Amino acid sequence: MTTKQKKNIDELIRQANLLRWEVGENFHDSLMSSIYENASAIASHTVIKKGTKPNYNFDQKLDRIVTSKYLGFPIMLILLAVVFWITIVGSNIPSEFLSTLLVDKLHPILKNLANSLSVPYYISGLLIDGAYLSMAWVISVMLPPMAIFFPMFTLLEDFGYLPRVAFNMDSLFKKAGAHGKQALTMSMGFGCNAAGVIATRVIDSPRERLIAIITNNFSLCNGRWPTQILIATIFIGSAVKPYLAGLASAGAVVAVALLGIVLSLIVSWGLSKSILKGEASTFSLELPPYRPPRILQTLYTSLIDRTVFVLWRAIVFAIPAGMVIWLVSNISIEGKTLAVWFIDWANPFGYLLGLNGVILLAYIIAIPANEIVIPTILMLTVLTTGTSSMGAGNGVIFELDSVNATAEIFKLGGWTLLTGINLMLFSLLHNPCSTTIFTIYKETGSIKWAAISTFLPLAMGFIVTFFVAQIWRILVG
Amino acid sequence: MNKSLNNCENCPAHNVDNLIKLGIDMKDFDYVVALAGNPNTGKSTVFNALTGLKQHTGNWPGKTVTRAEGGFIFNNKKFKIVDLPGTYSLLSTSTDEEVARDFVLFGQPDVTVIVVDATRLERNLNLVLQILEITDRAVLCLNLIDEAQRHNIFVDDRALAKELGIPVVPTAARQKTGITNLLQSIHDVATGKFLCNPHKIRARSKSLNSAIEKLTKSILEFYPQLPNARWVALRLLEGDERIISALKSGELNQLNKSYVLQQEEITNNDLQVKIDN
Repeated sequence: MTTKQKKNIDELIRQANLLRWEVGENFHDSLMSSIYENASAIASHTVIKKGTKPNYNFDQKLDRIVTSKYLGFPIMLILLAVVFWITIVGSNIPSEFLSTLLVDKLHPILKNLANSLSVPYYISGLLIDGAYLSMAWVISVMLPPMAIFFPMFTLLEDFGYLPRVAFNMDSLFKKAGAHGKQALTMSMGFGCNAAGVIATRVIDSPRERLIAIITNNFSLCNGRWPTQILIATIFIGSAVKPYLAGLASAGAVVAVALLGIVLSLIVSWGLSKSILKGEASTFSLELPPYRPPRILQTLYTSLIDRTVFVLWRAIVFAIPAGMVIWLVSNISIEGKTLAVWFIDWANPFGYLLGLNGVILLAYIIAIPANEIVIPTILMLTVLTTGTSSMGAGNGVIFELDSVNATAEIFKLGGWTLLTGINLMLFSLLHNPCSTTIFTIYKETGSIKWAAISTFLPLAMGFIVTFFVAQIWRILVG
Repeated sequence: MNKSLNNCENCPAHNVDNLIKLGIDMKDFDYVVALAGNPNTGKSTVFNALTGLKQHTGNWPGKTVTRAEGGFIFNNKKFKIVDLPGTYSLLSTSTDEEVARDFVLFGQPDVTVIVVDATRLERNLNLVLQILEITDRAVLCLNLIDEAQRHNIFVDDRALAKELGIPVVPTAARQKTGITNLLQSIHDVATGKFLCNPHKIRARSKSLNSAIEKLTKSILEFYPQLPNARWVALRLLEGDERIISALKSGELNQLNKSYVLQQEEITNNDLQVKIDN
């Protein structure tokens, strides 16, 4: 920049300062009030309100109920529970159908085809028993609950219910020293944590934005809902009388989701009292009008945007993960496969946490995507217990044509109700998936905050499952 | 036969049927259209109606935090349309509002479509007036008129157009009502067929008015190329540190189309993650 340009700029700033004094009054306020005056003058010429307001104002009456002091939270919980209950009850049959088709029927056909073409066992093992099976498993376990859950959630979103949730939660977040808009980014996280992290851009203050980013992982995401729903169905549902099974499992999922919200408040409070000290800033939250959801379009977009997208992502990650699983369970050192080496080594630690080595290994393999945790656990369990294997190579799952069969596998793997509960807790409390970690790094531009966001929930997961396991063993035995 | 076909092509009604939604194909566009407005006024719905894209819409403010882009052909002209995050004001500093502000300010769109909620016109007008300070070419999309009617609120769109000096098009984007007229107005403003005479904020005090004029004049003396001198004057008078430092670092001079193109790469990546939802 030339000195002349510099002089020009200084001259402009000098002039501006001078003129500001001439204007005298507070420039910003004076400008803003001019804008408001202009706007209201124009509106008064152009807006005509005919007659009186409609007597029955649906929006206001509904808002008074769903954001009321006493009914707001119970309504929120009941709505969530109903959504999960429908998902759990509704996905059983299609899940069974899909796994019969993909695993029981198609897998042997592929296997026989490979045999008749005399494909070497390690290739057919890697591709068919590894990649194909894990993909088939992801589809049959995940597609039905997603196809039911996402449209219902999207309908609630379209209707305008989410901002009411934020409204109900706002005061709680403020008390925790966080920004009220965090309630919105948290809701966004219920879809996808990476999206939730990006959504924190609506928060102006960097301090509050960081709190929102770090705690977003406490919102159960797309990839974790199916895990919660499946484990709750198997362990919580079977622990009560059959006619209560659906209700109990839905209740358990709601409880975990709620725990996530409570922890997100507690951690926000802790952060704003320690490394991110400061006061909560105020903001205004606009409650949009309720709009009748367009059912067909919602079904379409939730199917395309969410269901197919999440499923696709799961498949993309499941294929290489399936190959990894097959490899670690077929490559042996000193007579033990790699997987068994790790599982044996991690088992004592897993026991302390009320989990097991299989689950820990699965969570390492599933770092790229939470969606594949359950399929990975199943494949590894089958492998270590040697439940059933056909053809060459270990790590093959068979005849899992229903939730009951899945339950059988878990029981063979030595799982108890405690394992189920702690898996649900650990699924809530562990590191975010790699996409989210990368997004956090990109948004904050800092390795430090990305690392804190990664290890804080993981440490919490270890602590919580550890104490639950110890207390459980003392009380239940 | 040929002749009658040509006549048809000159008729606006014919063009409507000729709308080609291009989705995300935006190569070699003739005009850039920005879509701005308060949060939750239906910008994304309008965007989808124009481009045929299925950008996820949600009934809550602040759903769009980054820009989404798409394209369409209307009357043989190729338009690129940019859906900006909703914002209440151009005077604040949060990241999502900056995206909108920088694009309207420095991206120099050929047309800025301001989407407003007909049921909350007065409050929405605050942003409209601020945008009209920045750009000379704008169209007001008076959205959600169906909802307004249900609430017994009627807006005199002609009087509003006269007051604001830009075309005003009543729409109900969810029902695809008024989209045709909106396209025609965007086209007319972009091609210069309709000349806007945008409303400028009339300040309460004379000293304020003359201060703005004086400073605008000096700025134009030093920076004849600057597209929004009056806006920069307003910001300087307010003592906006960001504008001052932009001036000092020379950034303000560079803030033109190439700057926005540079930004595009970043936002496209962000968008990818957003679509991941």
